[in-house]
Amino acid sequence: MRKFKENLSGRIFFILALSSISALALITVFIFIKGVPFIAEVGLFNFLFGSSWAPDHGEYGILPMIAGTFIVTFGAALIGIPIALCCAVFLAEIAPAWLRNLFRPAIQLLAGIPSVVYGFWGLVFIVPFIMNHFGGPGVGILAASIILGIMILPTVISISEVSILALPRQYKEGALALGLTHWQTIRSVILPSAKSGIVAAVILGIGRAVGETMAVIMIVGNAPAMPRSILDPVRTLTTNIGLEMNYASGLHEKALFATGIVLFIIIMILNASAQYFTRKRSF
Amino acid sequence: MRMKPQTSEKIAKTLIWTAALSVLVVLVAILVYILLKGLPHISWSFLTEIPRSMGREGGIASTIVGTLLVSFVAIIIAVPFGIGTAFYLAEYTRETMVTRFIRFSAESLAAIPSIVYGLFGLSFFVISLHIGLSILAGGLTLAFMILPTIIRTSEEAILAVPQSYRETSFSLGGTKWQTIRKSVLPSAIQGIANGIILSLGRCVAETAAVFLTAGMTLHMATSILAPTRTMAVHFYLLAMEGISMDNAYGTAALLIILVFIINVGANAFVNKAMAKGK
Repeated sequence: MRKFKENLSGRIFFILALSSISALALITVFIFIKGVPFIAEVGLFNFLFGSSWAPDHGEYGILPMIAGTFIVTFGAALIGIPIALCCAVFLAEIAPAWLRNLFRPAIQLLAGIPSVVYGFWGLVFIVPFIMNHFGGPGVGILAASIILGIMILPTVISISEVSILALPRQYKEGALALGLTHWQTIRSVILPSAKSGIVAAVILGIGRAVGETMAVIMIVGNAPAMPRSILDPVRTLTTNIGLEMNYASGLHEKALFATGIVLFIIIMILNASAQYFTRKRSF
Repeated sequence: MRMKPQTSEKIAKTLIWTAALSVLVVLVAILVYILLKGLPHISWSFLTEIPRSMGREGGIASTIVGTLLVSFVAIIIAVPFGIGTAFYLAEYTRETMVTRFIRFSAESLAAIPSIVYGLFGLSFFVISLHIGLSILAGGLTLAFMILPTIIRTSEEAILAVPQSYRETSFSLGGTKWQTIRKSVLPSAIQGIANGIILSLGRCVAETAAVFLTAGMTLHMATSILAPTRTMAVHFYLLAMEGISMDNAYGTAALLIILVFIINVGANAFVNKAMAKGK
């Protein structure tokens, strides 16, 4: 009986693990099943590089959405990453213990706030500010970049902090013993040694910005057109799906699944490179 | 011109302090704004009445019930698979191609955007399995989404159990399964609970994956196969379609309070686990 239980438990754990990873296969299959026939019908080039999205007229070009995703994400990275890295250094190296104990749960709370709440706050707080100080419609690239810049903070902060904390003590002690100041130690010893982990954190943060939907829908303006300034409204890949999926049918619905495929591939590439850098971490 | 090390030290530290404190300021700004605007609208009738005229009047009771049911289904389904996978990774294998593949898949699942989970749930559960827009389809979709979180937090909790616990159990003649059940699991349970509670928070906060799979009806759910609207989806529709800003603020404040309670609860488990470890 003991032996039987022993074998059984091992098998069951293996089967559970196998089912968990088949989730990824299932997701891939069911996104591609709906989207690939569409791409075959319309043509990959027309789909990816068409500049007009007008499902009523049978035009399904997502170039404006690809551009929108890249620009908004770039803006978010520009705003969020420097702040996040400062916070990671602050938490790992500078903050006094009491403040650190306050800061960590705060970052966790920042990660827990629903994305719709971020979007809404952007709508009632950031958008009017942009409208009054910079002109334009308020909703658009700048508003979305600011909100996404805030939303990626928890991801980038926590992963970078972990990779800084994982460094051997001797690195820091050696540098300080050689007479370097604390900041010189951080800049020339700690940050370079933690580089791989920090790069992974940045990539995962970018992935979050690319994948965010609801907050972006509320503040990005959603016009499927090429932007000419950072105050222009755009539409991203995620919001294209989120806005139209509820009433889409037929070819239009398949086009949205095909948009999902593009999004899925971008995320997979980002994720694979983040994992490459995580593996490279020597500590 | 080279700056004196002492000067650059001061400048750098000032910048870092400013950045860190500004993040706290943003967090407080969001919380205070939503709570100040929303708390006055939360009342007993807001919590217990069903929405009337699209949510313009009445409360949000059916969306609270919808949120709890969808999250409950997700947790019930994801927990056994997540913990089982974590035990397999931590206790039953060495690092091989298989475990590396499992980890890669889990990391990939964690990176997939929620809207893609929504598309998947719609295409697989709602349409292909003929479940329809429902609490069950929404919960199943969310279960897939929180699976990687549960796997990772459980695996970390299991690996944190000191090796000597296992050795003691083996030396007393315990089998692997007995060791896991009587020795490893009780020590890791608080870390595992922490991961489960954080996943609950993600379910409550999720919007994109839910409105595509659980639907948007405002009726009180009668069965697990009935469609429902969750609080986050309700809030989104109230705010974006300009139905009722008052009720939108109230719902947002309630969401924030829920997330806050969930976070505090999760941390309580971690602190307890750490106190026990000392």
